[in-house]
Amino acid sequence: MDFATLIQILDSAVRLMTPLLLACLAGLYSERAGVFDIGLEGKMLMAAFASASVAYATGSAWLGLLAGIAGAAAMAGLHGVASIGFRGNQLISGVAINFLASGLTVLLGQKIFGLGGRTPSLSGAARFGEITLPFADSLRPVPVIGPIYAELVSGHTVLVYVAFAMVPLTWWVLYRTRFGLRLRAVGENPASVDTAGVSVVRLRFAAVMICGVLCGIAGAYLATGISAGFVKEMTAGRGFIALAALIFAKWRPWGALGATFLFGLLEAVANRFPNLDLGFVTVPSMFMNALPYILTVVILAGFVGRAIPPRAGGEPYVKER
Amino acid sequence: MERMPKWADVILTPLISLVLAFAISALVILAIGESPAEALKVMVQGALGSSYGWGFTLYYTTNFVFTGLAVMVAYHAGLFNIGGEGQAAMGGLGVALVVLALPWPHWALALPAAAMGAALFGALWALVPAWLQARRGSHIVITTIMFNFIAAAALNYMLVNVLRPVGSMDPASARFPEAAHLPKLSEMALGLGVEWGRNTPANVTFFLAIAACLLVWLLIWRTRLGYEIRAFGKSEPAALYAGISPVRITVLAMLVSGALAGLMAVNNVMGEAERLVLNAVEGAGFIGIAVALMGRNHPLGVLLAALLFGFLYQGGGELALWTSIPRELIVVIQALVILFTGALDNMVRMPLERLFAALRRKGA
Repeated sequence: MDFATLIQILDSAVRLMTPLLLACLAGLYSERAGVFDIGLEGKMLMAAFASASVAYATGSAWLGLLAGIAGAAAMAGLHGVASIGFRGNQLISGVAINFLASGLTVLLGQKIFGLGGRTPSLSGAARFGEITLPFADSLRPVPVIGPIYAELVSGHTVLVYVAFAMVPLTWWVLYRTRFGLRLRAVGENPASVDTAGVSVVRLRFAAVMICGVLCGIAGAYLATGISAGFVKEMTAGRGFIALAALIFAKWRPWGALGATFLFGLLEAVANRFPNLDLGFVTVPSMFMNALPYILTVVILAGFVGRAIPPRAGGEPYVKER
Repeated sequence: MERMPKWADVILTPLISLVLAFAISALVILAIGESPAEALKVMVQGALGSSYGWGFTLYYTTNFVFTGLAVMVAYHAGLFNIGGEGQAAMGGLGVALVVLALPWPHWALALPAAAMGAALFGALWALVPAWLQARRGSHIVITTIMFNFIAAAALNYMLVNVLRPVGSMDPASARFPEAAHLPKLSEMALGLGVEWGRNTPANVTFFLAIAACLLVWLLIWRTRLGYEIRAFGKSEPAALYAGISPVRITVLAMLVSGALAGLMAVNNVMGEAERLVLNAVEGAGFIGIAVALMGRNHPLGVLLAALLFGFLYQGGGELALWTSIPRELIVVIQALVILFTGALDNMVRMPLERLFAALRRKGA
């Protein structure tokens, strides 16, 4: 494998990890606040559909992004009402949201566009274009650093940079702000937060809505960044891979970056080499596709470093009277 | 706990949730510019209006009974098994391996063997998440989700690289031998001299599903293990104090659950397709969640809920055929049923409890 191929695979990994990273950070806010979210998939799907539809109608990817965020936030609101407001089962609510998005996107898509659930393909300003960073072209001839900068760092859509910027931002919010401290506390011991006079319901709702916004960006990237339009079931399990990455990352922002990069890399390698020949054994692509899930199970089993979820996760908080 | 009379808890609450789910589904149909009444008519006629429709409805019902029971048994142990999809897929592998392994002389011999294979593979696929939950404390919901994806990949590999007959391009197993053909309900009816449901996939597995309902009822409410499962599901510390081993109950409940999900494959793989194809489960594992929730985790309720979803499935297919409403409407209805009977249960329950409390005060 030569250097150019390596750069190409890494570049592809960066593109593929972006939706995972955004969704993973989305889940991080929600789960750190004690609200399990297996509905990341559905929220991303809804956002992908909403953003592609609005981007097609208006010709603006940015308006599409807003619509995507609104779509995912609506789903997040539903999750909040069911699991925080009515203290319902968070897992069941997440399952319902996944199905709701899966059905509604096709139903609405067929009604509006009549293409069997697809949106028409997007072009021009309806998609997020690739940004060439300054000096990318002039630095290209420089050995090693040139290609890395020009191919790997430069030449992505703005949402990729947003996703990467979200990592330090999330770290800062969680560990350096009052909101973040309370958010983490409400996921570990909501009663203590309540005793301190801070509303558990409001905090959790805020976390769930942030989760919706980030899923919205992830979905918009899928439909208007990485591909040109919405296709039925286009998230293809990415919400669950993000969930796996979240566990892999042990619910930490920098860990999320590493885990999603690893999973993006696995996908990129599987795409590039459908049957990876390691000399002594040929790895089928199915194995590469399943590897994120297998790794997550191994991590969950605690054989390689233990992943301990937030303590109050999954439990609705009932205020004492 | 005596907040509501039993009938209100068991019948009224799910009924109201269901009405809410269907009301919103009707709004969705209105929103896409179709008539809900017309849609309902097409669905009822297509699914229940003829023996042909019933033949499909009962076929789907059979699938959903198995996956619904699977979710139900785990639920009684306080475990949320979302892995029915993967367990049913693995059950399909079990069925295919058993049926293709031997030259079966008669279906009556092949059926129990295939059922054992299906149950065994399904149960084994549930064993790892169960063991991890019981011994290592990893959350069963997450591991079963992961196992769904791993099952899909494993099945894909098996079909492409192992089970695919030489020269075939399809990622599917060879056709099952003619002798292992399970009698369809239509053929059984014809044997009795009745013309019923010609060319429909409902088959003898339907009776297996009914038997499974009965056996699960016996297991949960009439055996020591069932008692332990329910005790453990209600309160883990209390069960522990009573000498019930959490590891044992978690593993056993999940084994039964996985076996039930796996058994679905007898219906769809052996009874209908008569070969193993990619994605044979088609989401039935997830519908089991809705079925169990709606059926209030009782076998009779599961049977009725499975019938309802069988009707929705067949009706949805007819909708896509005769109107411009896509099949995916069923997915929306399914989502709303899960939402209202599962996640928004308290929304219906709390006002009802208040109502009954008020009535009781007036009566006292």
